Amino acid sequence: MGMTMTQKILAAHAGLESVVAGQLIKAKLDMVLGNDITSPVAINEFEKIGFKNVFDKEKISLVMDHFVPNKDIKAAQQTKQCRCFANAHDIKHYYDVGDMGIEHALLPEKGLVGPGDVVIGADSHTCTYGALGAFSTGVGSTDMAAGMATGEAWFKVPSAIKFNLEGRLQEGCSGKDVILHLIGKIGVDGALYKSMEFTGEGMHSLTMDDRLCMANMAIEAGAKNGIFEVDEITLDYYKERMTHPYTVFTADEDAEYDEVITIDLSEIVPTVACPHLPENTKNASELSEVKIDQCVIGSCTNGRISDMEIAAKILDGKHVAKGVRCIIIPATQEIYMECMKRGYTEIFIKAGCVVSTPTCGPCLGGYMGILAEDEVAIATTNRNFVGRMGHVTSKIYLASPATAAASAVKGYICDPKTV
Amino acid sequence: MIAHGIVHQYGDNVDTDVIIPARYLNTANHAELAAHCMEDIDKEFITRVKMGDIMVGGANFGCGSSREHAPIAIKEAGISVVIAKTFARIFYRNAINIGLAILECEEASERISAGDEVSVDFDTGLISNHTKQETYQAQPFPPFIQEIITKGGLLKSISEE
Repeated sequence: MGMTMTQKILAAHAGLESVVAGQLIKAKLDMVLGNDITSPVAINEFEKIGFKNVFDKEKISLVMDHFVPNKDIKAAQQTKQCRCFANAHDIKHYYDVGDMGIEHALLPEKGLVGPGDVVIGADSHTCTYGALGAFSTGVGSTDMAAGMATGEAWFKVPSAIKFNLEGRLQEGCSGKDVILHLIGKIGVDGALYKSMEFTGEGMHSLTMDDRLCMANMAIEAGAKNGIFEVDEITLDYYKERMTHPYTVFTADEDAEYDEVITIDLSEIVPTVACPHLPENTKNASELSEVKIDQCVIGSCTNGRISDMEIAAKILDGKHVAKGVRCIIIPATQEIYMECMKRGYTEIFIKAGCVVSTPTCGPCLGGYMGILAEDEVAIATTNRNFVGRMGHVTSKIYLASPATAAASAVKGYICDPKTV
Repeated sequence: MIAHGIVHQYGDNVDTDVIIPARYLNTANHAELAAHCMEDIDKEFITRVKMGDIMVGGANFGCGSSREHAPIAIKEAGISVVIAKTFARIFYRNAINIGLAILECEEASERISAGDEVSVDFDTGLISNHTKQETYQAQPFPPFIQEIITKGGLLKSISEE
Protein backbone atom coordinates (compact mmCIF):
# COMPACT_ATOMS: atom_id res chain seq x y z
CA MET A 1 0.00 0.00 0.00
CA GLY A 2 1.30 3.47 -0.88
CA MET A 3 2.35 6.09 1.65
CA THR A 4 1.51 9.77 2.06
CA MET A 5 4.24 12.45 2.11
CA THR A 6 4.22 12.44 5.90
CA GLN A 7 4.36 8.66 6.14
CA LYS A 8 7.35 8.53 3.78
CA ILE A 9 9.31 11.10 5.79
CA LEU A 10 8.52 9.27 9.04
CA ALA A 11 9.48 5.87 7.60
CA ALA A 12 12.83 7.23 6.40
CA HIS A 13 13.55 8.74 9.83
CA ALA A 14 12.54 5.54 11.62
CA GLY A 15 14.82 3.43 9.41
CA LEU A 16 11.83 1.50 8.04
CA GLU A 17 10.92 0.53 4.48
CA SER A 18 7.33 1.52 5.06
CA VAL A 19 4.89 2.53 7.78
CA VAL A 20 1.10 2.46 8.05
CA ALA A 21 -1.33 4.80 9.79
CA GLY A 22 -1.65 3.98 13.48
CA GLN A 23 1.82 2.40 13.74
CA LEU A 24 3.93 3.57 16.70
CA ILE A 25 7.47 4.47 15.69
CA LYS A 26 10.58 6.15 17.00
CA ALA A 27 11.98 8.71 14.55
CA LYS A 28 15.29 10.55 14.39
CA LEU A 29 14.99 14.33 14.72
CA ASP A 30 16.63 16.95 12.52
CA MET A 31 15.67 19.85 14.78
CA VAL A 32 14.30 20.31 18.30
CA LEU A 33 12.81 23.73 19.08
CA GLY A 34 11.78 25.54 22.23
CA ASN A 35 10.90 29.09 23.28
CA ASP A 36 11.19 31.17 26.45
CA ILE A 37 7.96 29.74 27.90
CA THR A 38 8.25 26.05 27.07
CA SER A 39 12.04 25.62 27.34
CA PRO A 40 12.29 26.34 31.09
CA VAL A 41 9.90 23.44 31.80
CA ALA A 42 11.96 21.23 29.47
CA ILE A 43 15.26 22.31 31.02
CA ASN A 44 13.93 21.60 34.53
CA GLU A 45 12.93 18.08 33.45
CA PHE A 46 16.19 17.53 31.51
CA GLU A 47 18.24 18.41 34.58
CA LYS A 48 15.98 16.68 37.10
CA ILE A 49 16.31 13.34 35.33
CA GLY A 50 20.10 13.79 35.22
CA PHE A 51 20.85 14.09 31.49
CA LYS A 52 24.33 15.54 31.10
CA ASN A 53 24.55 16.27 27.36
CA VAL A 54 22.35 17.28 24.45
CA PHE A 55 22.32 14.92 21.46
CA ASP A 56 23.57 17.54 18.97
CA LYS A 57 24.24 21.18 19.80
CA GLU A 58 23.58 22.15 16.16
CA LYS A 59 20.15 20.53 16.01
CA ILE A 60 18.52 22.44 18.85
CA SER A 61 16.99 25.91 18.45
CA LEU A 62 16.09 28.02 21.46
CA VAL A 63 14.22 31.17 20.45
CA MET A 64 13.33 33.80 23.04
CA ASP A 65 10.20 35.30 21.53
CA HIS A 66 7.04 35.00 23.61
CA PHE A 67 7.65 37.44 26.46
CA VAL A 68 10.88 38.92 25.05
CA PRO A 69 12.14 41.67 25.40
CA ASN A 70 11.34 40.54 28.95
CA LYS A 71 7.93 41.76 30.03
CA ASP A 72 8.52 41.37 33.78
CA ILE A 73 10.91 39.93 36.34
CA LYS A 74 9.53 36.41 36.16
CA ALA A 75 9.82 36.41 32.36
CA ALA A 76 13.38 37.71 32.71
CA GLN A 77 14.20 34.79 35.03
CA GLN A 78 12.85 32.31 32.48
CA THR A 79 14.90 33.82 29.65
CA LYS A 80 17.97 33.83 31.88
CA GLN A 81 17.48 30.13 32.57
CA CYS A 82 17.35 29.42 28.80
CA ARG A 83 20.41 31.61 28.17
CA CYS A 84 22.43 29.78 30.85
CA PHE A 85 21.40 26.39 29.47
CA ALA A 86 22.31 27.47 25.91
CA ASN A 87 25.72 28.68 27.10
CA ALA A 88 26.38 25.58 29.19
CA HIS A 89 25.58 23.24 26.29
CA ASP A 90 27.02 25.49 23.58
CA ILE A 91 23.68 25.49 21.69
CA LYS A 92 24.45 26.93 18.26
CA HIS A 93 20.99 28.25 17.41
CA TYR A 94 20.14 30.31 20.47
CA TYR A 95 18.35 33.56 19.57
CA ASP A 96 17.92 36.36 22.08
CA VAL A 97 17.17 40.10 21.93
CA GLY A 98 19.02 41.58 18.97
CA ASP A 99 18.89 38.59 16.67
CA MET A 100 15.72 36.83 17.71
CA GLY A 101 12.48 36.80 15.77
CA ILE A 102 9.20 34.94 16.15
CA GLU A 103 10.37 31.33 16.02
CA HIS A 104 8.25 30.07 13.10
CA ALA A 105 9.24 33.02 10.93
CA LEU A 106 12.87 32.83 12.05
CA LEU A 107 13.72 29.14 11.50
CA PRO A 108 12.66 29.03 7.82
CA GLU A 109 14.35 32.41 7.21
CA LYS A 110 17.62 31.11 8.67
CA GLY A 111 17.39 27.90 6.61
CA LEU A 112 17.37 25.73 9.74
CA VAL A 113 14.47 23.59 8.55
CA GLY A 114 13.95 22.19 5.07
CA PRO A 115 12.30 19.59 2.84
CA GLY A 116 12.20 16.08 4.25
CA ASP A 117 13.22 17.06 7.78
CA VAL A 118 11.56 15.77 10.95
CA VAL A 119 11.15 18.63 13.38
CA ILE A 120 9.55 18.81 16.83
CA GLY A 121 9.00 22.02 18.70
CA ALA A 122 7.57 22.82 22.11
CA ASP A 123 5.17 25.22 20.48
CA SER A 124 1.97 24.17 18.79
CA HIS A 125 2.63 26.24 15.66
CA THR A 126 5.75 24.21 14.87
CA CYS A 127 3.58 22.69 12.12
CA THR A 128 4.51 25.82 10.08
CA TYR A 129 7.56 24.12 8.49
CA GLY A 130 5.32 21.74 6.60
CA ALA A 131 5.20 24.59 4.08
CA LEU A 132 8.76 23.58 3.18
CA GLY A 133 7.91 19.90 2.83
CA ALA A 134 9.11 18.92 6.31
CA PHE A 135 7.27 16.75 8.83
CA SER A 136 7.01 19.21 11.64
CA THR A 137 4.81 19.07 14.71
CA GLY A 138 4.17 20.70 18.06
CA VAL A 139 4.89 18.79 21.25
CA GLY A 140 5.18 19.62 24.94
CA SER A 141 8.18 20.42 27.08
CA THR A 142 8.80 16.83 28.20
CA ASP A 143 8.97 15.65 24.58
CA MET A 144 11.35 18.55 23.94
CA ALA A 145 13.54 17.48 26.88
CA ALA A 146 13.59 13.89 25.61
CA GLY A 147 14.34 15.12 22.08
CA MET A 148 17.24 17.27 23.30
CA ALA A 149 18.70 14.30 25.18
CA THR A 150 18.19 11.50 22.65
CA GLY A 151 17.57 13.09 19.24
CA GLU A 152 14.48 10.92 18.91
CA ALA A 153 10.74 11.12 19.48
CA TRP A 154 7.89 8.62 19.38
CA PHE A 155 5.04 9.16 16.95
CA LYS A 156 1.84 7.45 16.03
CA VAL A 157 1.93 7.50 12.23
CA PRO A 158 -0.99 9.70 11.13
CA SER A 159 -3.51 9.12 8.39
CA ALA A 160 -4.14 12.10 6.14
CA ILE A 161 -6.67 14.36 4.51
CA LYS A 162 -5.60 15.45 1.03
CA PHE A 163 -6.42 19.00 0.01
CA ASN A 164 -6.42 19.29 -3.73
CA LEU A 165 -5.95 22.98 -4.55
CA GLU A 166 -7.22 24.30 -7.88
CA GLY A 167 -7.39 27.74 -9.49
CA ARG A 168 -5.79 30.98 -8.33
CA LEU A 169 -6.56 33.38 -5.51
CA GLN A 170 -8.42 36.58 -6.31
CA GLU A 171 -6.63 39.85 -5.66
CA GLY A 172 -6.95 40.85 -2.01
CA CYS A 173 -6.98 37.24 -0.81
CA SER A 174 -4.09 35.30 0.70
CA GLY A 175 -3.17 32.03 2.36
CA LYS A 176 -4.86 33.25 5.56
CA ASP A 177 -8.24 33.42 3.84
CA VAL A 178 -7.73 29.89 2.49
CA ILE A 179 -6.82 28.33 5.83
CA LEU A 180 -9.60 30.16 7.70
CA HIS A 181 -12.04 28.97 5.03
CA LEU A 182 -10.76 25.38 5.43
CA ILE A 183 -11.00 25.43 9.23
CA GLY A 184 -14.52 26.83 8.90
CA LYS A 185 -15.32 23.92 6.60
CA ILE A 186 -13.86 21.01 8.60
CA GLY A 187 -13.94 22.44 12.16
CA VAL A 188 -11.36 22.83 14.93
CA ASP A 189 -11.12 19.06 15.31
CA GLY A 190 -11.74 18.27 11.64
CA ALA A 191 -8.22 16.92 11.16
CA LEU A 192 -7.64 15.63 14.71
CA TYR A 193 -4.50 13.42 14.89
CA LYS A 194 -4.18 13.61 11.07
CA SER A 195 -1.93 15.17 8.44
CA MET A 196 -3.29 17.86 6.18
CA GLU A 197 -1.50 17.33 2.86
CA PHE A 198 -1.71 20.17 0.35
CA THR A 199 -1.25 19.44 -3.30
CA GLY A 200 -2.81 20.14 -6.71
CA GLU A 201 -2.13 22.58 -9.55
CA GLY A 202 -3.42 25.52 -7.54
CA MET A 203 -0.69 25.25 -4.91
CA HIS A 204 1.93 26.44 -7.39
CA SER A 205 0.26 29.86 -7.43
CA LEU A 206 0.65 30.21 -3.66
CA THR A 207 3.73 32.06 -2.42
CA MET A 208 5.95 30.60 0.30
CA ASP A 209 4.49 33.15 2.75
CA ASP A 210 0.96 31.94 1.88
CA ARG A 211 2.04 28.34 2.48
CA LEU A 212 3.82 29.11 5.77
CA CYS A 213 0.64 30.82 6.97
CA MET A 214 -1.57 27.88 5.97
CA ALA A 215 0.67 25.17 7.43
CA ASN A 216 0.98 27.30 10.59
CA MET A 217 -2.75 27.02 11.27
CA ALA A 218 -3.07 23.26 10.59
CA ILE A 219 -3.06 22.86 14.39
CA GLU A 220 -6.22 25.00 14.53
CA ALA A 221 -8.00 22.14 12.74
CA GLY A 222 -6.50 19.72 15.29
CA ALA A 223 -3.99 18.35 12.77
CA LYS A 224 -0.73 16.68 13.70
CA ASN A 225 0.94 18.43 10.78
CA GLY A 226 0.23 20.35 7.61
CA ILE A 227 2.49 19.68 4.66
CA PHE A 228 2.87 21.02 1.12
CA GLU A 229 4.26 19.10 -1.79
CA VAL A 230 7.73 20.39 -2.68
CA ASP A 231 7.88 22.42 -5.93
CA GLU A 232 10.14 25.03 -7.58
CA ILE A 233 8.92 27.71 -5.16
CA THR A 234 10.00 25.57 -2.20
CA LEU A 235 13.40 24.82 -3.65
CA ASP A 236 14.03 28.45 -4.64
CA TYR A 237 13.13 29.56 -1.12
CA TYR A 238 15.21 26.92 0.58
CA LYS A 239 18.29 27.14 -1.66
CA GLU A 240 18.77 30.80 -0.82
CA ARG A 241 18.97 29.97 2.86
CA MET A 242 19.89 26.31 3.23
CA THR A 243 22.23 25.19 5.96
CA HIS A 244 21.99 21.43 5.34
CA PRO A 245 21.14 19.00 2.52
CA TYR A 246 17.51 18.15 1.88
CA THR A 247 15.44 15.26 0.54
CA VAL A 248 12.22 15.63 -1.41
CA PHE A 249 9.48 13.14 -0.56
CA THR A 250 6.35 12.83 -2.67
CA ALA A 251 3.23 10.88 -1.88
CA ASP A 252 2.81 7.54 -3.68
CA GLU A 253 0.23 7.41 -6.45
CA ASP A 254 -1.71 4.82 -4.46
CA ALA A 255 -1.38 6.55 -1.07
CA GLU A 256 -4.51 6.17 1.04
CA TYR A 257 -6.34 9.22 2.35
CA ASP A 258 -9.20 9.40 4.84
CA GLU A 259 -10.72 12.07 2.66
CA VAL A 260 -9.88 14.19 -0.41
CA ILE A 261 -11.15 17.76 -0.35
CA THR A 262 -10.93 19.92 -3.46
CA ILE A 263 -10.65 23.67 -2.96
CA ASP A 264 -11.05 26.14 -5.82
CA LEU A 265 -8.82 29.03 -4.75
CA SER A 266 -10.63 31.43 -7.08
CA GLU A 267 -13.80 31.01 -4.99
CA ILE A 268 -12.12 32.07 -1.72
CA VAL A 269 -13.19 35.50 -0.44
CA PRO A 270 -11.76 37.55 2.45
CA THR A 271 -12.62 35.39 5.46
CA VAL A 272 -12.81 36.21 9.17
CA ALA A 273 -13.02 33.82 12.16
CA CYS A 274 -15.41 35.23 14.78
CA PRO A 275 -15.10 34.71 18.56
CA HIS A 276 -14.32 32.33 20.19
CA LEU A 277 -13.15 29.58 17.82
CA PRO A 278 -11.16 29.64 14.57
CA GLU A 279 -13.98 27.59 12.95
CA ASN A 280 -16.58 30.37 13.35
CA THR A 281 -15.89 31.82 9.93
CA LYS A 282 -17.82 34.42 7.98
CA ASN A 283 -17.09 36.54 4.93
CA ALA A 284 -15.46 39.83 5.94
CA SER A 285 -18.15 41.68 3.99
CA GLU A 286 -20.85 40.30 6.31
CA LEU A 287 -19.31 41.78 9.45
CA SER A 288 -19.55 45.53 8.88
CA GLU A 289 -21.51 45.97 12.11
CA VAL A 290 -18.44 44.92 14.12
CA LYS A 291 -16.58 48.00 15.38
CA ILE A 292 -12.98 47.44 16.46
CA ASP A 293 -10.84 48.92 19.23
CA GLN A 294 -7.54 47.33 18.24
CA CYS A 295 -5.84 45.86 15.20
CA VAL A 296 -2.80 43.58 15.47
CA ILE A 297 -0.80 42.75 12.34
CA GLY A 298 1.99 40.28 13.02
CA SER A 299 2.61 36.86 14.68
CA CYS A 300 4.05 33.56 13.45
CA THR A 301 1.01 33.34 11.18
CA ASN A 302 1.21 36.72 9.43
CA GLY A 303 4.31 38.72 10.40
CA ARG A 304 6.25 38.08 7.17
CA ILE A 305 7.35 40.59 4.55
CA SER A 306 4.44 39.98 2.17
CA ASP A 307 2.07 40.59 5.11
CA MET A 308 3.83 43.89 5.83
CA GLU A 309 3.71 44.72 2.12
CA ILE A 310 -0.06 44.35 1.77
CA ALA A 311 -0.65 46.24 5.03
CA ALA A 312 1.59 49.08 3.81
CA LYS A 313 -0.17 49.17 0.45
CA ILE A 314 -3.53 49.61 2.18
CA LEU A 315 -2.33 52.06 4.87
CA ASP A 316 -0.25 54.22 2.50
CA GLY A 317 -1.48 57.81 2.69
CA LYS A 318 -4.35 56.86 4.99
CA HIS A 319 -4.86 57.00 8.74
CA VAL A 320 -6.32 54.44 11.12
CA ALA A 321 -9.84 55.35 12.28
CA LYS A 322 -10.22 57.46 15.39
CA GLY A 323 -10.28 55.27 18.47
CA VAL A 324 -8.47 52.33 16.82
CA ARG A 325 -5.08 51.26 18.14
CA CYS A 326 -3.07 49.54 15.42
CA ILE A 327 -0.03 47.48 16.43
CA ILE A 328 2.26 46.17 13.70
CA ILE A 329 4.91 43.58 14.53
CA PRO A 330 7.35 42.46 11.83
CA ALA A 331 8.23 38.90 12.85
CA THR A 332 12.02 38.99 12.55
CA GLN A 333 14.88 41.50 12.50
CA GLU A 334 15.36 40.80 8.77
CA ILE A 335 11.70 41.60 8.06
CA TYR A 336 11.94 44.68 10.30
CA MET A 337 14.95 45.95 8.31
CA GLU A 338 13.22 45.23 5.04
CA CYS A 339 10.19 47.25 6.23
CA MET A 340 12.50 50.19 6.88
CA LYS A 341 14.30 49.85 3.54
CA ARG A 342 11.04 49.71 1.60
CA GLY A 343 9.54 52.63 3.51
CA TYR A 344 6.77 50.58 5.14
CA THR A 345 7.75 51.65 8.65
CA GLU A 346 7.23 55.29 7.74
CA ILE A 347 3.89 54.51 6.09
CA PHE A 348 2.75 52.67 9.24
CA ILE A 349 3.83 55.41 11.62
CA LYS A 350 2.29 58.17 9.48
CA ALA A 351 -0.94 56.14 9.42
CA GLY A 352 -1.01 56.24 13.23
CA CYS A 353 0.20 52.68 13.87
CA VAL A 354 2.93 51.58 16.28
CA VAL A 355 5.69 49.32 14.99
CA SER A 356 7.18 46.90 17.52
CA THR A 357 10.32 44.83 17.74
CA PRO A 358 9.58 41.12 17.06
CA THR A 359 7.57 39.41 19.82
CA CYS A 360 4.63 37.02 20.18
CA GLY A 361 3.40 39.47 22.87
CA PRO A 362 -0.24 40.31 22.17
CA CYS A 363 -1.16 37.13 20.24
CA LEU A 364 -1.30 35.12 23.46
CA GLY A 365 -2.25 37.96 25.77
CA GLY A 366 1.28 38.29 27.08
CA TYR A 367 1.89 42.02 26.66
CA MET A 368 2.21 44.76 23.98
CA GLY A 369 -1.50 45.13 23.37
CA ILE A 370 -3.73 43.52 25.99
CA LEU A 371 -7.48 44.01 25.60
CA ALA A 372 -9.72 45.50 28.30
CA GLU A 373 -13.22 44.34 29.24
CA ASP A 374 -15.55 44.05 26.20
CA GLU A 375 -12.95 45.38 23.76
CA VAL A 376 -12.85 44.04 20.21
CA ALA A 377 -9.75 43.30 18.16
CA ILE A 378 -9.13 42.25 14.62
CA ALA A 379 -5.87 40.31 14.47
CA THR A 380 -3.80 38.44 11.93
CA THR A 381 -2.91 35.96 14.68
CA ASN A 382 -4.12 32.37 14.95
CA ARG A 383 -6.41 31.93 17.97
CA ASN A 384 -9.50 33.73 19.20
CA PHE A 385 -10.22 31.69 22.33
CA VAL A 386 -11.85 33.22 25.42
CA GLY A 387 -9.35 35.58 27.09
CA ARG A 388 -6.60 34.82 24.56
CA MET A 389 -5.62 38.48 24.09
CA GLY A 390 -6.70 39.89 27.43
CA HIS A 391 -9.92 40.24 29.43
CA VAL A 392 -12.28 37.25 29.32
CA THR A 393 -15.07 39.39 27.83
CA SER A 394 -12.86 40.81 25.05
CA LYS A 395 -13.36 39.50 21.53
CA ILE A 396 -10.93 38.59 18.75
CA TYR A 397 -11.70 38.35 15.05
CA LEU A 398 -9.00 36.55 13.05
CA ALA A 399 -8.27 37.81 9.56
CA SER A 400 -5.68 38.34 6.84
CA PRO A 401 -3.31 41.34 6.96
CA ALA A 402 -5.29 42.94 4.10
CA THR A 403 -8.61 42.63 5.94
CA ALA A 404 -7.05 43.74 9.25
CA ALA A 405 -5.36 46.82 7.76
CA ALA A 406 -8.48 47.83 5.84
CA SER A 407 -10.62 47.38 8.97
CA ALA A 408 -8.18 49.53 10.97
CA VAL A 409 -8.71 52.34 8.45
CA LYS A 410 -12.50 52.05 8.53
CA GLY A 411 -12.85 51.34 12.25
CA TYR A 412 -15.05 48.32 11.59
CA ILE A 413 -14.54 44.98 9.87
CA CYS A 414 -14.63 45.24 6.09
CA ASP A 415 -13.63 43.55 2.87
CA PRO A 416 -10.20 44.96 1.90
CA LYS A 417 -11.50 45.73 -1.60
CA THR A 418 -13.66 48.48 -0.12
CA VAL A 419 -10.69 50.56 1.08
CA MET B 1 -5.12 1.79 40.65
CA ILE B 2 -8.47 3.42 41.26
CA ALA B 3 -9.43 7.10 41.15
CA HIS B 4 -12.50 8.27 43.02
CA GLY B 5 -13.94 11.78 43.23
CA ILE B 6 -16.50 14.40 42.35
CA VAL B 7 -16.84 15.54 38.74
CA HIS B 8 -16.04 19.01 37.40
CA GLN B 9 -17.58 19.20 33.94
CA TYR B 10 -16.83 21.32 30.87
CA GLY B 11 -17.95 21.29 27.23
CA ASP B 12 -16.29 20.79 23.85
CA ASN B 13 -13.02 22.42 22.74
CA VAL B 14 -11.69 23.32 26.19
CA ASP B 15 -8.49 25.06 25.10
CA THR B 16 -5.20 25.34 26.95
CA ASP B 17 -5.59 29.14 27.12
CA VAL B 18 -8.54 28.70 29.47
CA ILE B 19 -6.92 25.80 31.34
CA ILE B 20 -4.00 28.11 32.15
CA PRO B 21 -4.05 31.64 30.68
CA ALA B 22 -0.78 32.78 29.07
CA ARG B 23 -0.52 35.73 31.44
CA TYR B 24 0.58 33.21 34.08
CA LEU B 25 3.17 31.47 31.90
CA ASN B 26 5.99 33.61 33.23
CA THR B 27 6.56 30.84 35.74
CA ALA B 28 7.08 27.08 35.61
CA ASN B 29 6.19 26.69 39.31
CA HIS B 30 3.54 23.98 39.56
CA ALA B 31 1.66 25.40 42.57
CA GLU B 32 1.50 28.89 41.05
CA LEU B 33 0.12 27.46 37.81
CA ALA B 34 -2.48 25.37 39.65
CA ALA B 35 -3.72 28.44 41.53
CA HIS B 36 -5.02 29.85 38.20
CA CYS B 37 -6.27 26.62 36.63
CA MET B 38 -9.54 27.09 34.65
CA GLU B 39 -10.07 30.60 36.05
CA ASP B 40 -11.21 32.19 32.78
CA ILE B 41 -14.15 29.79 32.38
CA ASP B 42 -14.72 28.67 35.99
CA LYS B 43 -13.49 31.11 38.63
CA GLU B 44 -14.65 28.87 41.51
CA PHE B 45 -12.93 25.70 40.26
CA ILE B 46 -9.79 26.14 42.28
CA THR B 47 -11.66 26.73 45.55
CA ARG B 48 -14.13 23.90 44.86
CA VAL B 49 -11.74 21.18 43.71
CA LYS B 50 -10.68 18.48 46.17
CA MET B 51 -7.73 16.11 45.92
CA GLY B 52 -8.69 13.15 43.72
CA ASP B 53 -11.59 14.88 41.91
CA ILE B 54 -12.30 14.07 38.28
CA MET B 55 -12.53 16.40 35.27
CA VAL B 56 -14.85 15.58 32.37
CA GLY B 57 -14.80 17.33 29.01
CA GLY B 58 -16.39 16.94 25.58
CA ALA B 59 -14.63 16.70 22.23
CA ASN B 60 -11.12 18.05 21.47
CA PHE B 61 -10.20 18.64 25.13
CA GLY B 62 -6.95 20.59 25.51
CA CYS B 63 -6.86 22.11 22.02
CA GLY B 64 -4.63 25.05 21.16
CA SER B 65 -1.23 25.84 22.61
CA SER B 66 1.29 23.09 23.36
CA ARG B 67 1.91 24.46 26.85
CA GLU B 68 2.64 21.55 29.19
CA HIS B 69 1.69 24.01 31.91
CA ALA B 70 -1.95 23.00 31.16
CA PRO B 71 -1.84 19.33 32.23
CA ILE B 72 0.61 20.33 35.00
CA ALA B 73 -1.92 22.86 36.38
CA ILE B 74 -4.76 20.31 36.25
CA LYS B 75 -2.67 17.61 37.94
CA GLU B 76 -1.31 19.96 40.59
CA ALA B 77 -4.84 21.24 41.33
CA GLY B 78 -5.64 17.73 42.54
CA ILE B 79 -7.46 16.21 39.56
CA SER B 80 -6.83 12.46 39.41
CA VAL B 81 -8.07 11.80 35.87
CA VAL B 82 -9.52 13.69 32.90
CA ILE B 83 -12.21 11.91 30.89
CA ALA B 84 -13.21 13.31 27.49
CA LYS B 85 -14.83 12.31 24.23
CA THR B 86 -11.56 13.12 22.43
CA PHE B 87 -8.35 14.93 23.33
CA ALA B 88 -6.35 17.34 21.22
CA ARG B 89 -3.18 15.47 20.27
CA ILE B 90 -0.50 17.61 21.95
CA PHE B 91 -2.47 17.67 25.22
CA TYR B 92 -2.83 13.87 24.96
CA ARG B 93 0.95 13.44 24.60
CA ASN B 94 1.72 15.92 27.34
CA ALA B 95 -0.65 14.31 29.82
CA ILE B 96 0.92 10.88 29.27
CA ASN B 97 4.43 12.32 29.41
CA ILE B 98 3.89 14.05 32.77
CA GLY B 99 1.76 11.31 34.32
CA LEU B 100 -1.70 12.93 34.31
CA ALA B 101 -4.20 10.13 33.76
CA ILE B 102 -6.57 10.65 30.82
CA LEU B 103 -9.27 8.46 29.30
CA GLU B 104 -11.20 8.73 26.06
CA CYS B 105 -14.81 7.61 26.52
CA GLU B 106 -17.66 9.10 24.50
CA GLU B 107 -20.41 7.53 26.61
CA ALA B 108 -18.93 8.74 29.89
CA SER B 109 -18.43 12.22 28.46
CA GLU B 110 -22.08 12.36 27.42
CA ARG B 111 -23.70 10.68 30.45
CA ILE B 112 -21.74 12.11 33.38
CA SER B 113 -22.96 15.39 34.94
CA ALA B 114 -21.19 17.96 37.07
CA GLY B 115 -21.16 16.91 40.73
CA ASP B 116 -21.55 13.17 40.02
CA GLU B 117 -19.47 10.84 42.18
CA VAL B 118 -17.37 8.73 39.85
CA SER B 119 -14.62 6.16 40.17
CA VAL B 120 -12.20 4.88 37.52
CA ASP B 121 -10.35 1.56 37.46
CA PHE B 122 -7.21 2.20 35.41
CA ASP B 123 -6.40 -1.47 34.97
CA THR B 124 -9.67 -2.23 33.21
CA GLY B 125 -10.67 1.24 31.94
CA LEU B 126 -14.05 0.82 33.67
CA ILE B 127 -15.69 4.09 34.76
CA SER B 128 -18.39 3.81 37.45
CA ASN B 129 -20.90 6.59 38.04
CA HIS B 130 -22.12 6.04 41.62
CA THR B 131 -24.61 8.91 41.45
CA LYS B 132 -26.37 7.59 38.33
CA GLN B 133 -25.64 3.90 39.02
CA GLU B 134 -24.08 3.44 35.58
CA THR B 135 -20.81 2.11 34.18
CA TYR B 136 -18.93 3.04 31.00
CA GLN B 137 -15.99 1.33 29.29
CA ALA B 138 -13.06 3.54 28.20
CA GLN B 139 -10.62 2.73 25.40
CA PRO B 140 -7.51 1.07 26.85
CA PHE B 141 -4.09 2.59 26.03
CA PRO B 142 -1.87 0.77 23.54
CA PRO B 143 0.87 -1.23 25.35
CA PHE B 144 3.62 1.20 24.28
CA ILE B 145 1.89 4.09 26.01
CA GLN B 146 0.89 1.93 28.98
CA GLU B 147 4.62 1.28 29.46
CA ILE B 148 5.45 5.00 29.58
CA ILE B 149 2.72 5.48 32.19
CA THR B 150 3.85 2.49 34.25
CA LYS B 151 7.44 3.72 34.28
CA GLY B 152 6.35 7.11 35.60
CA GLY B 153 6.50 9.28 32.49
CA LEU B 154 8.50 9.63 29.29
CA LEU B 155 11.82 10.81 30.74
CA LYS B 156 11.95 8.07 33.35
CA SER B 157 11.22 5.46 30.72
CA ILE B 158 13.98 6.86 28.47
CA SER B 159 16.54 7.13 31.26
CA GLU B 160 15.90 3.46 32.13
CA GLU B 161 16.80 2.55 28.55
